Amino acid sequence: MADMSDYIIDDRPDPLEMPEIACGAMAKSKPFVAKPDHQQPLGFPGELLPDWKERAIDKMGELLGKYRSLQVYLDSCVKCGACTDKCHYFLGTGDPNNMPVARQDLLRKVYRRYFTFSGKYMPWLVGAQDLTEEVLDDWYSYFHQCSQCRRCSVFCPYGIDTAEVSMAAREIMDSVGKGQKYCNEIIGKVFKVGNNLGLPKGAIRSTLEGLEEEIKEETGLDVRMPLDEKGAEVLLVTPSADLFAEPHIQGLMGYAKVFHEAGVTWTLSSYASEAANFGMFIGSYENMRDVSLRIRKAALDLGVKRIVFGECGHAWRVAYSFLNTLAGPFDFLDPRYPVPQHICEFTYDLMKDNKLVFDKSKNDQYRLTFHDSCNVARGSRMGDMPGGQFEIPRAILRASCNHFFDMAPETIKEQTFCCGGGGGLLTDDLMELRVKGAQPRMRALQQVREDHGVTHMAAICAICKAQFTKVMPKYGFEMDSILSVHQMVANAIVLTGSTQARELAEKMNAAAGNGRAA
Amino acid sequence: MLTGLFALLFYVATAVLVGGLAMKIRRYWSVPAPLKIPTTPAPTTTSGVAFRLAREVVLFESLFKANKWIWVFGWIFHFGLLLVLLRHLRYFVNPVPEVLAFIQPFGILAAFAMVAGLAGLWARRIIVPRIRYISAPSDHLMLALLLAIGLSGMAMKFVAHTDIVAVKAFFTGLMTLELRPLPADPLLIVHLSLVAVLMIIFPFSKLVHGVGLFFSPSRNQADNPRERRHLAPWAAKLPARGEAK
Repeated sequence: MADMSDYIIDDRPDPLEMPEIACGAMAKSKPFVAKPDHQQPLGFPGELLPDWKERAIDKMGELLGKYRSLQVYLDSCVKCGACTDKCHYFLGTGDPNNMPVARQDLLRKVYRRYFTFSGKYMPWLVGAQDLTEEVLDDWYSYFHQCSQCRRCSVFCPYGIDTAEVSMAAREIMDSVGKGQKYCNEIIGKVFKVGNNLGLPKGAIRSTLEGLEEEIKEETGLDVRMPLDEKGAEVLLVTPSADLFAEPHIQGLMGYAKVFHEAGVTWTLSSYASEAANFGMFIGSYENMRDVSLRIRKAALDLGVKRIVFGECGHAWRVAYSFLNTLAGPFDFLDPRYPVPQHICEFTYDLMKDNKLVFDKSKNDQYRLTFHDSCNVARGSRMGDMPGGQFEIPRAILRASCNHFFDMAPETIKEQTFCCGGGGGLLTDDLMELRVKGAQPRMRALQQVREDHGVTHMAAICAICKAQFTKVMPKYGFEMDSILSVHQMVANAIVLTGSTQARELAEKMNAAAGNGRAA
Repeated sequence: MLTGLFALLFYVATAVLVGGLAMKIRRYWSVPAPLKIPTTPAPTTTSGVAFRLAREVVLFESLFKANKWIWVFGWIFHFGLLLVLLRHLRYFVNPVPEVLAFIQPFGILAAFAMVAGLAGLWARRIIVPRIRYISAPSDHLMLALLLAIGLSGMAMKFVAHTDIVAVKAFFTGLMTLELRPLPADPLLIVHLSLVAVLMIIFPFSKLVHGVGLFFSPSRNQADNPRERRHLAPWAAKLPARGEAK
C-alpha cells in the first residue's frame, strides 16, 4: 500500500469546499470479494453465477416489490443537483460517481432499461443502460463507496436516501454471488461465535475480569461486569469492539460505573455479544433479522427486564428503528422503559434525577468537541423529543467536562459528516477511500482546533472511533484524540464510597475552609 | 379535421395522464415500506408528518437547506406554473368564478416567473459541471418542453392573440362530448400539441416526482418505532430462522 499521506489531495481549510471533478478517480477502489465460505452461511451463492444478469434483474424486480423506498426513489429523482455536493466521499475524492445522484444512477439506469417504458424503447433518451460486466464492476466499486450515512437524504427535496439504493445494490450483488468479504465474513462470525470480532465466551470473561480489577484499583470499589448472569435487570448489548479496542474499552468501563452507581443489576450476553448488525449494511432484511433475533433470545434466556445498547452508531439505528420490527414484540420486558434504550438515555435519566456526581476537573486535560455519528443523527432518536440524539450526548459531555465546543453548524447534528468508515467500509482494503472520506470531518475539526484550541473529539460509535484512530494522524491529530462519550463519564463520575468521593469531599472541605479564612 | 384530431389527442392525453397517475399511485400504495426509515429528526405524530410534508410541498424546505439557487429557480417555476394553471381554469368553466377573475392578472405575471425559473434551472444544468454531468438528454428536453409551452402561451397573450373565445368553446365542448371548431392558429397548435405531449409523458417520467414525495418513507413516516411495531406483510411471513445458523 502507498503511504497514506499521499492520498490527501491538497490543503483547503473549508470542510464544504468543492473539489474539481475528477472522472474515474476512484474507479479502482474496490473491497475484497467474499469467498464461498463467507457467502454460504448468509444464504448467498458462493461465487458469481453464470446466469448472474438474469438473476440480478429478477432480484431487482423482487426488491422493487418489497421496498417502497427503492421503487419511489428510482422513479422520483429529477436531477436537480441538490445532493451533488453533499457526500463526504465526493468532497474528498472529486469522483463524480460519488455524487449521490450519480451513484443512484448506476442502479437507476439499469432499472430504467428493464422496468420502464422509455428505457425499454428509448434508452438513449433517458440514459438507460443494459446490465453488463462493466456496470456490475461500477456497482461493486461505487456502492462500496457509500457509507449509507443519509446526509444526502436530508437535502433531497423528495427525501431520496442513497443508503436505500446502496443497500438494494449490495443485496442484488450478494444474491448473484458477488458479495463483499469484510461484511459477509463478519456476519458469519456473529452466527458462529456471537460477535463481529469472533471473541469466544472465555476471552470475554477474562477481559471483563481484568477491567473489574482496573476499576477496583482506581476507585477501591467492586464494580461488577457480569456475563451471562441470569436474573439481571438489564441486558447490555454493546459492540464487541468495546471489549477489545481503544478508546472503546474506556467507554465500557463508563457504562459499568453508571450501572453500579444507579444500583441496577446488568449483564452482557455471550450469545448476543454484539450490538453491531452488518445485515443492514448489505441490505439483507433476513440477515439483519437473524442477528437481531439473537438479542431477543438472550433477553428471554437471561430473564432480563430491560435492554440497553452501548455506544455504536448503526447498531443504535437498527436497535431504535428496527429492533421492534425485526425481533419484537418485547411485551415480556418492563413496560415502564422504552425498548431498547441507549446507554446515553440511561445515563441522562440518572443525571436528571441528580443521581450522579461528576468531578469535571478530572477531564480538564481535554478541550472537547463531539462528532455526531450519522446513523444516530439521521436514523434514530434518543429521549422523548426529536433531536434528543443531539442534545443528550452533549448534555452528558457538558456535565462531565469543563471545556466543550461544537464544530461548525453545517457539519454537525443532522448535517454531520460521516467519519469515512461507516456502512461496512471499515476495512484496510478501502484505506484510501477512508482517508479521503474523512476529509470534511477532519477539516471541521481543524477549524475548531484553531478557533477554540480543541484537543479531543468524543463519539458514540464503535466504527467512528476505530476509523478516527486510523485516519486522524493523516490530518495532524494524535491517534488517541478520539474518545468515547462514556470514557468522559468514567473519568469524571464520583462513585459513592470511592477514593474519588473521599478526595472530592476533602477538596470541598478545604475550599470551604479557605472561604471562611477569606 | 384539425378539430377532430385535437379532440382525439386531448381525450387520449387526459386518459393517459389520469390512468397513468392512478397506476403509479396504486403501485406506490401497494409496495410496502418494511422498515421505519424517516430521516431524523422527524415528527413523532401523524399530524407532525402532515406538517413536514406540507412544508416540503409549499416551501421546498429540504431544497432550501441544500442550495439556494436551485431553490429560488425551482420555487419560482413551480409557483408560477401553479398560478398559470389556475388561471387557465377559466377556459374550462362557465361562468368564470370570481376567484379566477381575481387571480387573472397574477396568473399573467406568473407566466414570466415560470419562464424565468425554467431558464434559471436550464442555465444551471448547462453551466454547473456537477449538474451537467448528471443530465441525460431527457432532462434537457423536459425543460425545453416546459419552456416552449410557456413561451408559446405567452406569445398568444402578448404578441399575436388567438381567438380565445373559440378555444374555450372547443374545450367546454370536449367536456360535453361536443365537437366545436378549434381555430387553426399556428401558435395555438404548437401550444396545445406540447401540452398534450407533457400530459402523456407525465406519469411515465421523472415528472411524477410530485406524487413520489407523498410516498417517500424518509419524509412520510412518523418517528415512533419503539412505541408502535411496524411490520410489512411479506416480512411477517418470513420463516422463523431464529437460532444461529
